[in-house]
Amino acid sequence: MGKLVRNALAMLVLMTALTGVAYPLVVTGLARLLFPAQADGSLVTREGKPVGSALIGQSFTDPKYFWGRPSATSPMADNAAASGGSNQGPTNPALTDAARQRIAALRAADPGNAAPVPVDLVTASGSGLDPDISPAAARYQVSRVARARGLPPDQVLALVEAHTRGRQFGVLGEPRVNVLGLNLALDALRKR
Amino acid sequence: MTANDCLQVGLFLAVLLLLVKPMGAYMARVFADAPNRVTRFGARAERGIYRLCGVDPAEDMGWKRYALAMLAFNVLGLLAVYALQRLQPWLPLNPQHFGAVSPDSAMNTAISFASNTNWQGYAGESTMSYLTQMLGLAVQNFLSAATGIAVLVAVVRGFVRRSAQGLGNFWVDLVRGTLYVLLPLSLLMALLLVSQGVVQNFKPYVDVPLVQASSYTETLKDAAGNARKDAAGHALTREVAVTAQTLPMGPAASQIAIKQLGTNGGGFFNANSAHPFENPTPFSNFVEMLAIFLIPGGLCLTFGHMVGDRRQGWALLATMLLIFVPLALGAVAAEQAGNPALHALAVDAHASALQAGGNMEGKETRFGIVSSGLFAAITTAASCGAVNAMHDSLTPLGGLVPMWLMQLGEVVFGGVGSGLYGMLAFAVVAVFIAGLMVGRTPEYLGKKIEAHEMKMASLAVLLPCALVVICTAVAVLVPAGVAGIANPGAHGFSEVLYAVSSASNNNGSAFGGLSANTPFWNVLLGLCMFFARFPLAIAMLAMAGSLAAKRHVPESAGTLPTHTPLFVVLLACVVIVVGALTFLPALALGPIAEYLMSGH
Amino acid sequence: MNTHSHAVRGLDRALVLKAVADSFRKLSPRLQFRNPVMFVVFVCSVLTTLLWVQAVAGHGEAPAGFIFWVGVWLWFTLLFANFAEALAEGRGKAQAAALRSSRKDVVAKRLAAAERNAAITFVPSSELRAGHYVLVEAGDPVPGDGEVVAGAASVDESAITGESAPVIRESGGDRSAVTGGTKVLSDWLVVRITRNPGESFLDRMIAMVEGAARRKTPNEIALTILLAKFTLIFLLACATLLPYSIYSVQAAGQGHPITLTVLVALLVCLIPTTIGALLSAIGIAGMDRMIRANVIATSGRAVEAAGDVDVLLLDKTGTITLGNRQAVAFHAAPGVEERRLAEAAQLASLADETPEGRSVVVLAKERFGLREHALEALHAQFVPFSAQTRMSGVDIGRRRIRKGALDAVERHLESRGSHLPPMVKRMAEDVARRGATPLVVAEDDAALGVIELKDIVKGGIKERFAEMRRMGIKTVMITGDNPLTAAAIAAEAGVDDFLAEATPETKLKLIRDIQSENRLVAMCGDGTNDAPALAQADVAVAMNTGTQAAKEAGNMVDLDSNPTKLIEVVEIGKQMLITRGALTTFSIANDIAKYFAIIPAAFATTYPALDALNVMRLATPQSAILSAVIFNALIIVFLIPLALKGVKYRALGAGALLRRNLLVYGLGGIAVPFVGIKLIDMLLVLLGLA
Repeated sequence: MGKLVRNALAMLVLMTALTGVAYPLVVTGLARLLFPAQADGSLVTREGKPVGSALIGQSFTDPKYFWGRPSATSPMADNAAASGGSNQGPTNPALTDAARQRIAALRAADPGNAAPVPVDLVTASGSGLDPDISPAAARYQVSRVARARGLPPDQVLALVEAHTRGRQFGVLGEPRVNVLGLNLALDALRKR
Repeated sequence: MTANDCLQVGLFLAVLLLLVKPMGAYMARVFADAPNRVTRFGARAERGIYRLCGVDPAEDMGWKRYALAMLAFNVLGLLAVYALQRLQPWLPLNPQHFGAVSPDSAMNTAISFASNTNWQGYAGESTMSYLTQMLGLAVQNFLSAATGIAVLVAVVRGFVRRSAQGLGNFWVDLVRGTLYVLLPLSLLMALLLVSQGVVQNFKPYVDVPLVQASSYTETLKDAAGNARKDAAGHALTREVAVTAQTLPMGPAASQIAIKQLGTNGGGFFNANSAHPFENPTPFSNFVEMLAIFLIPGGLCLTFGHMVGDRRQGWALLATMLLIFVPLALGAVAAEQAGNPALHALAVDAHASALQAGGNMEGKETRFGIVSSGLFAAITTAASCGAVNAMHDSLTPLGGLVPMWLMQLGEVVFGGVGSGLYGMLAFAVVAVFIAGLMVGRTPEYLGKKIEAHEMKMASLAVLLPCALVVICTAVAVLVPAGVAGIANPGAHGFSEVLYAVSSASNNNGSAFGGLSANTPFWNVLLGLCMFFARFPLAIAMLAMAGSLAAKRHVPESAGTLPTHTPLFVVLLACVVIVVGALTFLPALALGPIAEYLMSGH
Repeated sequence: MNTHSHAVRGLDRALVLKAVADSFRKLSPRLQFRNPVMFVVFVCSVLTTLLWVQAVAGHGEAPAGFIFWVGVWLWFTLLFANFAEALAEGRGKAQAAALRSSRKDVVAKRLAAAERNAAITFVPSSELRAGHYVLVEAGDPVPGDGEVVAGAASVDESAITGESAPVIRESGGDRSAVTGGTKVLSDWLVVRITRNPGESFLDRMIAMVEGAARRKTPNEIALTILLAKFTLIFLLACATLLPYSIYSVQAAGQGHPITLTVLVALLVCLIPTTIGALLSAIGIAGMDRMIRANVIATSGRAVEAAGDVDVLLLDKTGTITLGNRQAVAFHAAPGVEERRLAEAAQLASLADETPEGRSVVVLAKERFGLREHALEALHAQFVPFSAQTRMSGVDIGRRRIRKGALDAVERHLESRGSHLPPMVKRMAEDVARRGATPLVVAEDDAALGVIELKDIVKGGIKERFAEMRRMGIKTVMITGDNPLTAAAIAAEAGVDDFLAEATPETKLKLIRDIQSENRLVAMCGDGTNDAPALAQADVAVAMNTGTQAAKEAGNMVDLDSNPTKLIEVVEIGKQMLITRGALTTFSIANDIAKYFAIIPAAFATTYPALDALNVMRLATPQSAILSAVIFNALIIVFLIPLALKGVKYRALGAGALLRRNLLVYGLGGIAVPFVGIKLIDMLLVLLGLA
């Protein structure tokens, strides 16, 4: 019995060194070597300074920006230090209320638009940090953004289409538009 | 369901089947008694490890000694994780200066990771230091998985060996599982994940200025934590400006790789595989899904190799797929159908070329419906528990599927190793009933199934079921249990049922609304996780011990074949009937009632 | 069929009435405790009764009438289960009573020594001990089991075997065993008693049929564990439903928590009461079927093992072939007329009263119209078969005609300075190769030719063996014949293998070899020299006509002494297992429909939407629950005949058999209760009870 425990202890220490120290260090080293940008968080820079991660959504509420997925993180939306979803059940009245409010906000920012709202714009994402919206959600917002920026809708639409990524390898996942990338492109448009 | 939904599910199954075959053959060599090309390759490293640990690799352990070694090793690991959490403020690699984890939460997490459950009562990015994640959690991800595989291999040896006392050597099985299977696969997968955008560094969190600054309203609290109110009784609030975003960092990829491969599921970040840093692209998602089923699926075929009849392995794999595929499709269909409560509003939830549609609450845009629904089914069929969508926000039937897949005993793929030995317990029960129906004392793989085997197999099948129904009852009776419930109505009951089902089957996923990081829930679920894991493994080892001692009965036309479609259907029926009969009343009060009342 | 089992064959009135009375007697908690499933029903019945009393007193959780009817049907469930067991036991008891009547204490003539003329003392048979000698004369009952040491007599064994024709018992050889309770009809016997009172064959037989010695068989124990497990799961699932329901009432803000009555009803419906109620009846009925096949098994374990048998060892003679060989052809030696051979053969066989000898005479008559001569008229002297010469024949004047096996005649001729022509030798070998037995006929110094004696394979036996093969059972023929003959007969009979020139030693070795491959062996035997092999075999059926030693060594005794019975024994063993498996499957499959009946009803007030699960459209929640409980009780009654008769056994491969039984009892088990519960519900509505 004593030998068994000694064996177990030695094995635990050795395995910890192997899987808990050597393994992550090797992965880190290789990652630095092969994919340095990704390993450090796929940061997006503007004028040399990081303005976010291409993978992490930011909160946009200004009509001149495309809005991302609603986020249920607290205390503020898209809080990358505390990811999470709303965890509201499908029959929870709070869920319907939140959706109703989001629809109202979208309608208020774009009174002329009576189209039904794409579902991803009224439902909170899983991580609260979803960087993407569906192409439908982006198109839904084109008229508002164009008006707020004084741009022809076609130009905004073209920008949306340029930022639309199809399914990966044509099959996997869903088509999507990266909100931060699109908004940065919009801002860049204004500056030119 | 859309055509693309079906295509993605089909693609997943096709790639899975392509991968499990070589995987199964490879693992059969890893755990073969005789030296072969694979084990010779690492023989020196192995020998070094055994010498350093003072282990005699030639020792053939009886079932009791095997179980004891397994238990000693896991309990020590459990204590180490507990200590790391409690001591993390004084240990290095804690750039965010997190404090010590509370005793109950630390105990819960220690059991959770040692038992391959990886239920997370805490939020990773705001609780655990890098050191705790690496030396505690990531290590247990490897070791609990390796333990599961070791126990399985020992159980299979019980069927293979004839008139034998020993089931193999726990240390050798543990080391081989880690060295030849888990480490190389994890390394490969971690790099794949980094290429997709999963972070892997030891940097502190990065603050970046926001493109659009915003603000939020904070309720002011007094020293006691109660909301301060003005004279009129309105809560006092203040506006807080938000100008920067804190991006979490850390050695995530290395941990996520083993979290998927080892069916652990404990995320590096709170949102788990929904987090863009943990699962950035549809491809990374595809890889993560495959990784969950790779080893459990491969082990089925390893089993076939070991017992000398590959058809036996394919039969078990077919049984798992027979249960899994319809349920996964059901989950996807339910999610794609969406939430009637939202359909009543001016919401467009139809699937089209421009959007996935359906029930998008708690889901990520890049995954849409099918990659989320499929992931939910996979992660609960296997006892992984990683999530890429919030299960609490699934539709009633979409949530029923993952919940029930766990309640089936985590035998449809299940945990690495543990899933298959659980399925073998069901197979013993199925063989027994079938054996009676063909008029012979039942035998499985040439071993007669008698009272002792029946007792152990029954125990293995019964234990998780009993834990689920009893602990759910305790939780809904005790105010401290009810206090954690977030959603109203039948869905609130589902939250409790889901949590207990998850812990009692070592899954680890949650209906995340439940506030389970309280002493009551930490203790209750900690007990569930412990008793679901270790007594069950020991029962199966005991069964294997008695099987190994038996002689082999040669096959004849009167022997019930256990590789035929008929047996596959029978085994699937036994799994489903036990699961359905035990949990139907409870499910009726949770997801079924919710579904029937939700306006369908 | 014999007389006494005839009496218990049908479900006659007295038997049923007795079983009804017994089913009430069996309600004692001590008896109920032995069966975990039915014990749960027992506790539930008591609980419901108390709830009813409470309701009558005015504090009921549900209408007293509803609780009353649920309670009544729970008690019925118990009674039906008891009835099934009592009925199965009743048949055995009736038979035991018949047997016991032949076990009356009699006065025995104890001898001072093992001689007829030794001094006699009269003692009651109950005082006889093993080793005592007794004299039994015409008209005397045999006072106990024993071995005949002197004398020969005809004995009436009908009390044991049911066979009315008397049998011969004599000292030495394989007919030396006598059984207590039988009666000597003529002559006398000196018997050495081999059993103490209370241990006799008759005692064991009574114990077996009464079920007193019935212990649970290994499979039965494993099944009980499985059923106990299911019961425990359902017990937990139902017990925890109360807290779930209380929470749900709060969460939904309406309705009442589930009542104890409904919980109890749900529990009893879910636990495998059908198989639980019929389990012991199936076991008893299996023994009973053995008894009706006139086989007495010494334990239930032996019956169950019979179902597992992998290899059947069958004696050629009497089992595979008709007991006697028959002459089918004369093969004359070169230069000898066939007619002359036939005549010589006939003469040699005239005094040979064995069936083989008779058949030679008959063949000669058929072929050549040779009349039977009277031996006296010929002044012939018959030379009987002797172990030394291994020939028989006749001496007429100077003519010495002999017939015998090839080597025996060869030696005979050589001793007379002659030799056997090679042609004759080849003819004999040809005959042997065809599976027949050659008898060489010689007159004086010349071999006349060969008589071909052929074994006649029993009709239908080949099909029987094919069935066995489909069931996965290998058949091995045991014969003393030479390998050539054995191979030919084996091929003709369709056995899988054969053991030629068998001796007790080779038989024992064969059994051990098979067992070392972990296969179970069944065999039957009668002679003392079979005893070691019988003791070694897993299932050993001793012939009742056999020696005491053989009966002791076997674990079953076939009262009909029919070696083909082995096949029947295997089928009965399998049938018993199949019946258990089928009813277990049926019982569990039933639960699905019961859920659909009870769950919507149980939570009707909390979640009315659950009524969507009421697919049977049962009238009211109460009628739904009551219908399920009534169905659950009645199905036991409906299945009693099946439990007693056994599921029809078909000789199919394991896969086909499983598919068939799963379809019938699995799918059937799912479908039947939907129909049954709906019908009962309609009836309740009609009666105004709903």
